[in-house]
Amino acid sequence: MRGDLRKTNTRSGRGDRWNAIGFLFPSLLLVILFFFLPVIITFFLSATNMSSSTGFRNWQWVGLANYTKILNSPRALSRLWLTLQYVALTLVFFNVGMGLLLAILTTRIPARMGTLFRVVWLLPRVTPIVVYVMMWIFLAADAPYGVINQLLLEPLGVAPRYWIAAHPLLAIVLVNGYIGASFGMIIFTSAIQSIPPDLFWAAVVDGASWWKQIRYVVLPLLRWPLLFVTVYQTLSLLMSFEQILILTDGAYNTEVWALWAYHRALNNYWGHFQWGFGAALAAILVLIGIMLSALYLRFFRLNTLIQRPQIESP
Amino acid sequence: MERLSDWMTRIFLMLILIIVTLPIVLGYAWLLISTFSRRTFGLIPVNARGAFGGFTLQNWSFLKDPLIWQVTLNTLIFALGITVGVIVLSASAGYALSRMNFPGRRFTLTLTLLLHAFPSITLLLAIYFVLRWISALPVIGGLFGYNTLGGVTLVSIAMQLPLGIWLMKGFFDHVPWDMERAALIDGCSRFQAWWKVVMPQIRPGVFALAIFSFIQGWGYYSFLIPYSFMIDQTRGTISTYLNNMISTTSPVNYGQVAAVGLFQLIPVLLFFLLAQKYLLRIFSGGMKGTA
Repeated sequence: MRGDLRKTNTRSGRGDRWNAIGFLFPSLLLVILFFFLPVIITFFLSATNMSSSTGFRNWQWVGLANYTKILNSPRALSRLWLTLQYVALTLVFFNVGMGLLLAILTTRIPARMGTLFRVVWLLPRVTPIVVYVMMWIFLAADAPYGVINQLLLEPLGVAPRYWIAAHPLLAIVLVNGYIGASFGMIIFTSAIQSIPPDLFWAAVVDGASWWKQIRYVVLPLLRWPLLFVTVYQTLSLLMSFEQILILTDGAYNTEVWALWAYHRALNNYWGHFQWGFGAALAAILVLIGIMLSALYLRFFRLNTLIQRPQIESP
Repeated sequence: MERLSDWMTRIFLMLILIIVTLPIVLGYAWLLISTFSRRTFGLIPVNARGAFGGFTLQNWSFLKDPLIWQVTLNTLIFALGITVGVIVLSASAGYALSRMNFPGRRFTLTLTLLLHAFPSITLLLAIYFVLRWISALPVIGGLFGYNTLGGVTLVSIAMQLPLGIWLMKGFFDHVPWDMERAALIDGCSRFQAWWKVVMPQIRPGVFALAIFSFIQGWGYYSFLIPYSFMIDQTRGTISTYLNNMISTTSPVNYGQVAAVGLFQLIPVLLFFLLAQKYLLRIFSGGMKGTA
């Protein structure tokens, strides 16, 4: 009986191959067109001097010249520093910190209230991105229009100002953080909710305070989700720049690395596009991206996820 | 005594939550209030003399502009195109990965996960070149090339695809094999079995992914990709239209900008509140198998 089954499997295996190609083909085509090919093009372009002045025809190979240009550029260092600050601050205080705080607090208060807060925190994630950033621009606007000036700071006697220009780094961290926090929140919440209640009871019987329960029961069990969120969000923070593009478009010293690459290559005031140089800036991010996402793969239990399909075709 | 201190803790925690949540609430409150006001000082609607009042529907006069209906239609086609594309492509690829054994299956799955983590936004410059190449092709170029709605839709589908395939595979993994086997023995082809027998069984999952894709297409993908790859304003989306308004509007006319924002927000809010329970599954979808 077993032998028969195996035989049918091998026979159907060949039919499966053609079926699988049919089912996968459209997706593969898009992946090749918009992932593989672009990665190759990025590295290829980064070794040329192609720009809107050379056009698509009269460009030359320049080897690593674009990269040495980046290394020697005084801007590179300041933008790298800005990018690191932005990623680290957003990650620590919001994507991980606030996410964790929200998960811990909303699972501790009555369930309905907890759900309500979580839904409110998800709103920025589903709100159209331009509308969301617009809210921040007007919250932070100068007197008499801005909400923050009027409601929060006037009573405290703080002089009104346009907060995005006054504290640009804080602004981009807040705007990104209030979207980013909900990802960690959802993941940490489901991790906390899946902790067996016995563990909490045991801690209570032992006389552990709420704080101690968090410290000694919850946090150790959240180790993997915490690492996962950190890696995943580092990656998306390093690469994403849409919010900053809408908020300041790089003004007030907020041009992070990814936005720098975008400006140079595709969108700037002068209409002079340095595809080669922009590609070199992007290639550095692509390399970091490939390395970090390979690291991210380790956080999945790959062997259980990639096991052979349990049921074979008849 | 203990109960009292427990209540105190809860109230204290709630207070912290309210404080950190305040900016979100204020943002939406501002949007709603200034949409219907001549202008606002903070959250207070004021009239021309700066006194309380000045409620108006005038901010909605943008609805008379034919361009807004053009870009709304564009956004709708774009978001629906993404939804249909993501569902069909990831359902077929997810099915193959869940049910079939073929050489390279392991590699394809690993690749899907890797692409899911990889932020494709970095590839925008190179995608520009791909789109220009597509433009040079006869017929297809006019539909899916640079500066076409079809082109930006395809790019957005591709970006959403790794997550979609991964989720769909998960849905299929949970469907028992019996009915499908019966269908195959009765002479159905794989394609018929997939479309007629298995797909109806994962309807809730498809529904959730569809709403998620629509929301993402309507609000997220409709900004940067059309902004980068569309030249004509008439081919833009509500997002690019609104972004254009923000950068050119003086503070006094915030009300109009807010109205356009609310206009774009309303369908998303409806979908979100309707399908919130299903959507939570998708938002944490990247997490499968790790906890």
